[in-house]
Amino acid sequence: MTTTVNGPSPEQREAFTTRLRHGREAISERWHHAPRWVRWALLAAVIVFFYALPNKEFYQYLGPIPTPGANFTQVLFTVSIYVLMAVGLNIVVGFAGLLDLGYFGFFAVGAYTVAVLTSPSSDIKTLWPWLVVVPIAIALTMVSGVMLGTPTLRLRGDYLALVTLGFAEMIRIAAVSSEFLKGQRGFNQIPHPPGQYADGRPVFGVLDARPYYWLVLTLIILVVIGVRNLTHSRVGRAWISIREDEDAAQLMGVPTFKFKLWAFAAGAAIAGLAGALFAGKQNFVNSQNFELLNSIIILAAVIFGGSGNIVGAIVGGGLVAYMIERFRGIELFGIELYEFRFLFFGVVLVVMMIFRPQGLIPNRRRAAEFKDRRKEVTVGE
Amino acid sequence: MLLEIEDVSLLYGRIQALHGISLTVGEGEIVALIGANGAGKTTTMRAISGIRPVASGRIRFDGEDITKLRADLRVRRGLCQAPEGRGIFPGMTVLENLDMGAYTRRDRAGVAQDLDRVLTLFPRLAERRKQHGGTLSGGEQQMLAVGRALMSRPKLLLLDEPSMGLAPMLIQQIFNIITEINEQGTTILLVEQNAQQALARAHRAYVLETGRIVKSGTGQELLHDPSVKDAYLGVA
Repeated sequence: MTTTVNGPSPEQREAFTTRLRHGREAISERWHHAPRWVRWALLAAVIVFFYALPNKEFYQYLGPIPTPGANFTQVLFTVSIYVLMAVGLNIVVGFAGLLDLGYFGFFAVGAYTVAVLTSPSSDIKTLWPWLVVVPIAIALTMVSGVMLGTPTLRLRGDYLALVTLGFAEMIRIAAVSSEFLKGQRGFNQIPHPPGQYADGRPVFGVLDARPYYWLVLTLIILVVIGVRNLTHSRVGRAWISIREDEDAAQLMGVPTFKFKLWAFAAGAAIAGLAGALFAGKQNFVNSQNFELLNSIIILAAVIFGGSGNIVGAIVGGGLVAYMIERFRGIELFGIELYEFRFLFFGVVLVVMMIFRPQGLIPNRRRAAEFKDRRKEVTVGE
Repeated sequence: MLLEIEDVSLLYGRIQALHGISLTVGEGEIVALIGANGAGKTTTMRAISGIRPVASGRIRFDGEDITKLRADLRVRRGLCQAPEGRGIFPGMTVLENLDMGAYTRRDRAGVAQDLDRVLTLFPRLAERRKQHGGTLSGGEQQMLAVGRALMSRPKLLLLDEPSMGLAPMLIQQIFNIITEINEQGTTILLVEQNAQQALARAHRAYVLETGRIVKSGTGQELLHDPSVKDAYLGVA
């Protein structure tokens, strides 16, 4: 099952990873031994930083961090959507260990539900307000997750990956060719989230992306708190046991199928929420928004950050989405680097997988699982 | 009878792994199932614990037909298996692994009591309680698998090759513990390649060959049976 990698020699790899590990362990040691109030203060500072980030008065002092070729607040919104989705996919891939290649399909279900129920270009002309439709979108994505999961979660590993891949393609092709979903023409005039300032201007307007970013950021915080509580409960233990050894989990009395389905549905719901937010911000949804590549990027982001770790997923999702945008507007020897963004992305991924397969910020458990698997490989050789 | 298996057949795709197996385990017994590689020992275990569905036949446990019952519900009925080899959770600590064994239970006091009992049975696990399962040696992992299964306080404990890959001294030790667990009142069905030890400890035993039971008797009878001696005990 495990393939060997022809990369640097084991000694080189060892030396490199030891250096990395010492750096990281020093930080994580310090973090875990810091008094409670220090940790809370640091966390609060990070949160305040990210709330302040989209203000020009603040980010103009941050040197190379703002994107030169694109509106930085718009980029931040995109990044925040990716982070939200990475947190959701992390439940499926990181905690329950289910390889989902079609996660973006659920994002599409969420976005299209909002579009169909709110847009004047929709055939059914319900024209409901955005806020009313969001819970419907989340519920529908959850249902689609359960519907996809019920027959497929009995499969394991590779089969599941293929089925989810097929699902995302189905959604995309339906979006492209179904008359009801309007294909390339798409849905326009999707309403924004509600809210007005004192002087009657809407909070969620067309030009300023900041309110949307703050909304997503707030939702990310809420979702993370929810997911954290879940993973520290019996549900979380069940997920981890399934990821580590599904047969053993079953032998311990864990209803594995039920918990896999729950992980799938919870992940889907979060993607649906992200889709609804996206539709509400963009106020236009068409079939070009849902390329397969997006599913791959999010999966890569979760693995890059350290699957199984919420912080890892956040960092991975944020870094990957940001890196891709950061290339915009940079020219080197007359070549627009943005054109090659996925080449760089690919190189980074390959290097990561050789030197640090457990991701940037893995959780301790995951690291131990990797060690265990490596041992199995050496035993088999 | 605590466990009754009646004429059970099992297929892996088109390959028939079990051809109408029947066996029984009575309350308080140690019953051993011995046989060579590929005879169907582990498959029998998987059929009993419900990881693989059976093609035909019936399995009764504690008076109830569990042939079609889901694996996790069988654990709740009091049937728990320590899987073969590395069937522990490598990323969980020893304590977390043991805690997973008590997954179906809600009586905290009872669980704490059983944890004490397991840590007394396996002092090695007590020493390593904070260590990740994946970092334990083979023998320690085996002990962890047995201890974890005990944490569900099973009526019937299924042990799949508990001595696999262990040093002779450890084998001796693990069989002593098995006998002790049995004396404390747990019924045991044991699958083993180490026929010598298994037969010496078991009240009764079955010999499995290519998916069929070819012999059965008390442990002592089989230990002295010439054909069993030839095939499984080696000529010393």
